[in-house]
Amino acid sequence: MSETYIKCEEVITFLLAYLNGELPPEKVHEFERHLAACPSCVAYIETYKKTVDLGRGALAEDLEKAPELSDELFKAILDIRSRE
Amino acid sequence: METHAGMPEESLLLEGLRSGDQDAYARLVKRHGGRLLEVSRRLLRSEEDARDALQDAFLQAFRALPRFEGQSSLGTWLHRIAVNACLMRLRTRKARPEESIEPLLPRFAEDGHQQIPAVDWPEPCDRLLERREIRELVREAIDRLPESYRTVLLLRDIEEMDTAEVARALEITENAVKIRLHRVRQALRELLDARMREVTKR
Repeated sequence: MSETYIKCEEVITFLLAYLNGELPPEKVHEFERHLAACPSCVAYIETYKKTVDLGRGALAEDLEKAPELSDELFKAILDIRSRE
Repeated sequence: METHAGMPEESLLLEGLRSGDQDAYARLVKRHGGRLLEVSRRLLRSEEDARDALQDAFLQAFRALPRFEGQSSLGTWLHRIAVNACLMRLRTRKARPEESIEPLLPRFAEDGHQQIPAVDWPEPCDRLLERREIRELVREAIDRLPESYRTVLLLRDIEEMDTAEVARALEITENAVKIRLHRVRQALRELLDARMREVTKR
């Protein structure tokens, strides 16, 4: 019986499938064995997740701070309505 | 006007809209227009296209209003209409040549190890987001992503559409959506990494 030891490249390439629970159990086992011994991949996963959260957070702020429409655009939109 | 979680105010607005009150419509546009323009701008990355999409969106909203049953808030409903209006425009846009995402992806050594081993960025996200320079950094990095990948990031991670919806909207397979999403997140991580290590140093 041979054991396969996967490398960082495979972990990182298939990371999303792993996080989504889409990998078969043997693969999950290999992933977890790798992660138990590889702090860089653990750090990669942390920063990957933070990347997603940062993207959401930064863009959410843009929406909150969006200025009101210009008068011109505002009127154009009301015009559409009154033509219906 | 008293508001309890905003609902009575919104019900009044909705009544006004349903009865064709022009003033209610003006209030709707005033309240939501700015935000929806920003939604359109970030998807379309063209001021002119964003304005056109916004007008499309309000036209569609106006026509669909009789069918709106309040399953969500007006804002959420309008938001979805605006995103759809943008997606329609994206579909009819001619595909522009774009840079490959490959140079932005992480590199691996021959033995399969990460070429630049990752380290965590010590601060938690909400603390990081309090800093304007970080928000700016993230925005700029997102802007640097190749268009077709950036769109998937926006639709999946920001607009929170599911894989099937995005696949239909972009006319690609679900598998293609998943692959693109992972690659664009990887690319974004790489773009952020050097600066994040710097700014989170103790």
